[in-house]
Amino acid sequence: MTIHQLSIFIENRSGTLIKVLEALKEANIQIIASTIADTAEYGILRIVCAEPLRACEELKKAGIAVAISDVFALQLDNKPGCAADVIKLFSEAGISITYIYTFLYGGKGILVFRTDNTELARKTIADNNLPFIAEGALAQWP
Amino acid sequence: MYSNYLNPELETMFREQLEALQLERLQKTVRHCMNNEFYRKKFAEAGITPDDIKSLADVRRLPFTTKQDLRETYPFGMSCVPMRDCVRLHSSSGTTGNPTVILHTKKDLDEWANQVARNLWMVGLRPDDVFQNSSGYGMFTGGLGFQYGAEKLGMLTVPAAAGNSLRQIKFIKDFGTTAIHAVPSYITRLYEVMKEQGVDPRRDTKLKVLAIGAEPHSEEQRQRIEEMMGVKAYNSFGMSEMCGPGVGFECPEQNGMHFWEDYYIVEIVNPDTLEPVPDGEIGELVLTTLCREAMPLLRYRTRDLTRILGRSCPCGRNHVRLDRMKGRSDDMMVLRGVNIFPIQIEKILMQFSELANNYLITLTTDEENDNMTVEVELAHSTDDYAKLQALEKEIRRRLKDEILLTPIIKLVPLGSLPVSEGKAVRVVDKRKVYQ
Amino acid sequence: MIWNPNKECMSRDEMSALQGKRLHKIVEYVYHNVPFYRHKLQEMDIRPDDIQTIEDIKKLPFTTKKDLRDNYPFGLQAAPQSEIIRVHASSGTTGNPTIVGYTRKDIGVWSECMARCLTAYGITRDDTFSVAYGYGLFTGGLGAHYGVEHIGASVIPAGTGNTEKHLKLIRDLGITGIACTPSYALYLAETMDKMGIKKEDLKLRSGAFGAEPWTENMRKEIEERLGLKGYNLYGLSEIMGPCVSYECQEQNGSHICEDHFYPEIINPVTLESLPNGQSGELVFTTLTKEGMPLLRYRTRDLCSLMTGECGCGRTSIRMSRIEGRSDDMLIIRGINVFPSQVESVVLSMPEFAPRYLLVVDRVNNLDTLQVQVELRQEYFTATFDTPAAIDELEKKLAAKLKSVLSIAAKVQLKAPNTIERSQGKSAHIIDKRKL
Repeated sequence: MTIHQLSIFIENRSGTLIKVLEALKEANIQIIASTIADTAEYGILRIVCAEPLRACEELKKAGIAVAISDVFALQLDNKPGCAADVIKLFSEAGISITYIYTFLYGGKGILVFRTDNTELARKTIADNNLPFIAEGALAQWP
Repeated sequence: MYSNYLNPELETMFREQLEALQLERLQKTVRHCMNNEFYRKKFAEAGITPDDIKSLADVRRLPFTTKQDLRETYPFGMSCVPMRDCVRLHSSSGTTGNPTVILHTKKDLDEWANQVARNLWMVGLRPDDVFQNSSGYGMFTGGLGFQYGAEKLGMLTVPAAAGNSLRQIKFIKDFGTTAIHAVPSYITRLYEVMKEQGVDPRRDTKLKVLAIGAEPHSEEQRQRIEEMMGVKAYNSFGMSEMCGPGVGFECPEQNGMHFWEDYYIVEIVNPDTLEPVPDGEIGELVLTTLCREAMPLLRYRTRDLTRILGRSCPCGRNHVRLDRMKGRSDDMMVLRGVNIFPIQIEKILMQFSELANNYLITLTTDEENDNMTVEVELAHSTDDYAKLQALEKEIRRRLKDEILLTPIIKLVPLGSLPVSEGKAVRVVDKRKVYQ
Repeated sequence: MIWNPNKECMSRDEMSALQGKRLHKIVEYVYHNVPFYRHKLQEMDIRPDDIQTIEDIKKLPFTTKKDLRDNYPFGLQAAPQSEIIRVHASSGTTGNPTIVGYTRKDIGVWSECMARCLTAYGITRDDTFSVAYGYGLFTGGLGAHYGVEHIGASVIPAGTGNTEKHLKLIRDLGITGIACTPSYALYLAETMDKMGIKKEDLKLRSGAFGAEPWTENMRKEIEERLGLKGYNLYGLSEIMGPCVSYECQEQNGSHICEDHFYPEIINPVTLESLPNGQSGELVFTTLTKEGMPLLRYRTRDLCSLMTGECGCGRTSIRMSRIEGRSDDMLIIRGINVFPSQVESVVLSMPEFAPRYLLVVDRVNNLDTLQVQVELRQEYFTATFDTPAAIDELEKKLAAKLKSVLSIAAKVQLKAPNTIERSQGKSAHIIDKRKL
């Protein structure tokens, strides 16, 4: 029910981001979405991409601190209020969300989030029949 | 081979003797106060002279002294001896006005150390013990007060000071520490860290006594501390205006704190009418010093609420026993041994143009630690996380400078804190300390 | 003014005779009470009776910081535990600090020597003196404190931090003397400017500065901005604490309390004694200490000794300013820091690669320490994909560093393989301060 996301530690100075991007380019890996949680000194770069496991290996080879995080990805209609309706379900279930981001992909809205309460999140998704995206599905997106 | 008492005669006196001693010392103290302008004026206003103090009950003819008096006479207006006879000065973490200044002569320091030593002796500590003082040093009297007292008793005294839990635990193990003094919330913090480090206080330490004080705590908190650490925890009362720690302390019976009546006259009054309340009823603690040279204080209003539990004790000491402090008659907060007035926090917050006017201070006991959270509204919304982080850090730093401890800062959007009608609610105390 | 003319102005012959007598006694004392020294002396085939004059000191073995570490915590202690009333701790070279125990007599000698220093700085019992060294395990605070009390001046135990309140007290109480690190003195000057306080508003006239190296230029600046005369105060906790040597009004080298601490200068490589006037490593033998006497302790401080009568009338030998160190120790905010301490902490946490960099700087006259460490690639897991988790990890390291270093270090997490592998030991440090 979850997808693999790359979480990458990068220092807040010039040259660190390009090192990551070039390693992915070298490996011919397509980035689907990315976001960064920045602080004054470093950032956590989060990337959804095709072939995340291979991407992780390649980045490690390049000496980059990278990990695979399992995150939920839900498919939403691209219209106002959809995100609110979905998050409300989680909120009512008592699930706190560690971080969240959204992107458009093939005309559809994708909402990615991480929670520490994965069991309850799985249950909520199943109970409400929410359209989740399984690992690998994004890479084969039409 | 040791007596149960450090000062057997003074500690076990009958009430009549003790009260005779008090009267003698009160008369001496009042006469001594005539060396000071402030008291001379006050006596004149009240229409009394030292000769009017003929019985112990005459203490009620004396005017009260308040913290306000200390502030208005800042810095040396309350001194009754020449400055050259003073060897120490402590200053309390003042509010927005002047700080309060407390002076000591050499004899004052010696008497102070004797009170602390008497207390520690009372709970079974002897010269072979190892005493770790995990209280703040410097201006805060808990540090030097216990240092001098424990050294006077002759214990190996470790001036560990507050904080740095890993090192504290290392020393407890390596030095074979048998007694610790700290604020109660810090003891629980130490225990948390011990657990993390796989240290079992019962198995891995030689601890036998804890002295806790300088911050309000409930009987339940004390019992929890005793269960966690596997040793007795004794309640200590002190205030810098009297000297510091040493004023009152529990004996092994743990049935209230003995206040040393050879050093103080203890009164409990109704904070509104200022009339004495009957024994057993809660009122404001008022103390008169009987042995101070540099800065005697007459009928000092402590603002602490408590009650008299009794005047005899199976331990053999007839000095009055007082209940743990039940609250305050003003808005002062005591957190981790530090006295804080809300106005101090407000003063700092208002220095930041990034912040709006509304703030809320919440005191909580979280996993046994007392914490302060300051929520404050941002004047403008922003998405610059790094800038917010820097702002938060700067607020934290300046608050720490002012109140000497580090609160949790929560920056919240404008309009998200409750707006009160009438007098703003600035402090929410969720700790279960006054029970 | 001279506190103890009998000792400070003794003729050279008398001093040598006294030192010889005391040396014999101390060697006999450690021989019988410290197994470490007995073994060492036996190995070298030295009996206490072989040591009769001060020249015989050259026969004795050296003691090093490593010896203290190997005998942690109380292995070098000569007095029984019940006689020890205080311990202080300073930085060890790795995880264990250096522990020094003091008997009541040691504390007395310390106060006496400190009184000599203060008197040389022109402080008398009429002065009001602020001690702004850190209190607690560090010897600076309590050491200076007891000395001020000993001469009968009023001591303000200001400690460090809360600088604005401290300045307010300096102004309002008419404080005349201060003890602190020279960099803190400059920080005070800066804070004065910020608060709009002029040196004319203050009555400061004498400052005791030490615990870190400083230059003649810094002295000029401090004297100019605070409007006082600044004197050097030298000491180290292994030997006693602040009080070991002090400048007089001539400000021409620091007089050593050589009836208690016998100085030598050696070549740090060959360990040969060097003649007076020549620079080398300073070595001290404690002549009267009971708690933890040390023979020929290698301080690692580089300086030279000066003989000859001083304009002030004292005859005691003087030492020059500290010119450097014969090891890689750093002094940060008056606290000794060894890179090996940081290494021991970094190596104890598998999350980090065994590489680190210390960056020392001075911002607004306050020393800052940053420790850069590399995240180990294989330990960067999904748990760390939020800043909160990374902050947590940084905090964990910072707490461990604080427990070992006694000062706060700012941790900066670096990506893997970004810190250069060190070539030789000095590559671990970037010291941006200009001293």
